[in-house]
Amino acid sequence: MPMVLAVAEAGEKGLRKVSYEVTAQARLLADAMGGEVTALAITGAGGCAEAGALGAYGADRVLIAADQTLAVFQGDHYAQVVKAAIGQTGAGVVLFPATSAGRELAPRVAAALDGALASDCIAISWQEGGLTAQKPLYAGKVVAKVVLAGDLQMASLRPNVFTAGLCRPGATAPVEPLALPPLAGRSLLKEVRRSDSGRLDVSEADVILCGGRGMRAPENFALLEEIAALLGGAVGATRAVVDAGWRPHSEQVGQTGKVVSPSLYIMCGASGSIQHWAGMSGSRCIVAVNKDPNAPIMGRADYSITGDLFEILPLLKEEIARLRG
Amino acid sequence: MKILVCIKQVPDTEALLRITADEITISEAGVKFILNPYDEYALEEALRIREANPGSLVRAVTLGPARCAEALRTAAAMGADEVLHLRAEEPTLDGLAAARALNRAAAEFSPDLILLGKESIDDGNMQVGPMLAELLGLPCLTVVTRLTLAGANLTAECERDEGTALFEAGLPAVVTCQKGLNEPRYPSIRGKMAAMKMAIPEEPAALEAGRIRIARLIPPPARAGGRNVGEGAAAVPELIRLLHTEARVI
Repeated sequence: MPMVLAVAEAGEKGLRKVSYEVTAQARLLADAMGGEVTALAITGAGGCAEAGALGAYGADRVLIAADQTLAVFQGDHYAQVVKAAIGQTGAGVVLFPATSAGRELAPRVAAALDGALASDCIAISWQEGGLTAQKPLYAGKVVAKVVLAGDLQMASLRPNVFTAGLCRPGATAPVEPLALPPLAGRSLLKEVRRSDSGRLDVSEADVILCGGRGMRAPENFALLEEIAALLGGAVGATRAVVDAGWRPHSEQVGQTGKVVSPSLYIMCGASGSIQHWAGMSGSRCIVAVNKDPNAPIMGRADYSITGDLFEILPLLKEEIARLRG
Repeated sequence: MKILVCIKQVPDTEALLRITADEITISEAGVKFILNPYDEYALEEALRIREANPGSLVRAVTLGPARCAEALRTAAAMGADEVLHLRAEEPTLDGLAAARALNRAAAEFSPDLILLGKESIDDGNMQVGPMLAELLGLPCLTVVTRLTLAGANLTAECERDEGTALFEAGLPAVVTCQKGLNEPRYPSIRGKMAAMKMAIPEEPAALEAGRIRIARLIPPPARAGGRNVGEGAAAVPELIRLLHTEARVI
């Protein structure tokens, strides 16, 4: 029976949301193929209590690779684990999360096993006996429909784009340990410096408050952070703001930053260059706040308010706080 | 010390791109091409390492059609000692086909260090660096924002979703470069003049058939025009109402 392997990534606080998204997509593919889904959870020695819950998202079984050396992503070790899981399950289709880890891991596995790989996909399906995917090119200025070939077909899925559909609510999948291969690394992990824990990466955030030059000074981003916190979102930045050193590059949205697709994108004091637009035009709802009614973003946003953002944002924060009650 | 820098020519970030009638390629008419911005960090880092290690050699290699020679001239103008153009007329989305072609070029040069941009801004694949490392059996340090070389040992700060991971590895190694690693230099006028006249050595890339092909290019979904909710703070309650009841995003 055809086997689809879903690679689930565990963070400090358990499985990342994208792991459920990947598992749910693996289920849809397996149904189209008449196959089964094995989810592979890679975690530190403590394991992962919620691994069985992947069953509710469509995993028929869960393999758990738990080892002290797997607590933090190291490409060498993770690639050895995924290769072992492919070998043990005979999977012909493998889905990865397109996280920073997944985007290093998937190419390594593809190179080692001669697999076909479509990166950072926003749609996948099983058509005519093969994997078909949609992936953005030129940071989303164009979308390519691609067809994969060969015995091993793989894709990494952009976080926050796919629905983590609960296809078997309440179901728990049997969890078995993966027989671990010897784990050896060609590089040595010395240290991990976590950014403020609790801070959500823009690529995973469902709401993004993005600031441009119009924010005038780095300290004014506190306002965006406060609104983001109220909405459970993250702060993003334009290239100009990152180049000025006001915000870290990890928050940059656009063609030379991250490509994001939140439900709500609120753009504050930025004109909306073609490069920035490429990175965020996949957002479900775009709001622009700008003093210049002729800024490009004002005509393209779903909703816009013209005016001084230092008058508008404090009220926006108040109103959101009230709504959230 | 021999440093190989793999570079790519890409459409300018400013470019408006049109899909051609065949629906599988982009029209290159009127499109300005540039050196992939992340590859500039890779080149700059190579040049800095060469400057700190006299006797080092920096070779830039690219894969692509005739127009890509221009990217190699930019690399030479910045200061690369040698360039090599692997000619491939058709673009490939298959990172593994590209990595294998570069691997053959690397084998002939036997570099101590291979530097690449963390991704190219055209296909955004982020594949070739890790694949090359895997093919060569070398340490792979990705999305690097700080690199230190002491003797034959590298220390790298790698950007991750959760923060920064600090790795150590011995040479030879593959490193993919991220914004923040350095501030790429502008080519000097003299460098540009010399690069304009230089002969660009070429070899056929002999790309293998890709495992992935483009069936169709699709323009991104058009967005309906925007609605101006009003001016100033007075418009905020209406915006909140729209976001809550119409768009249902808060």
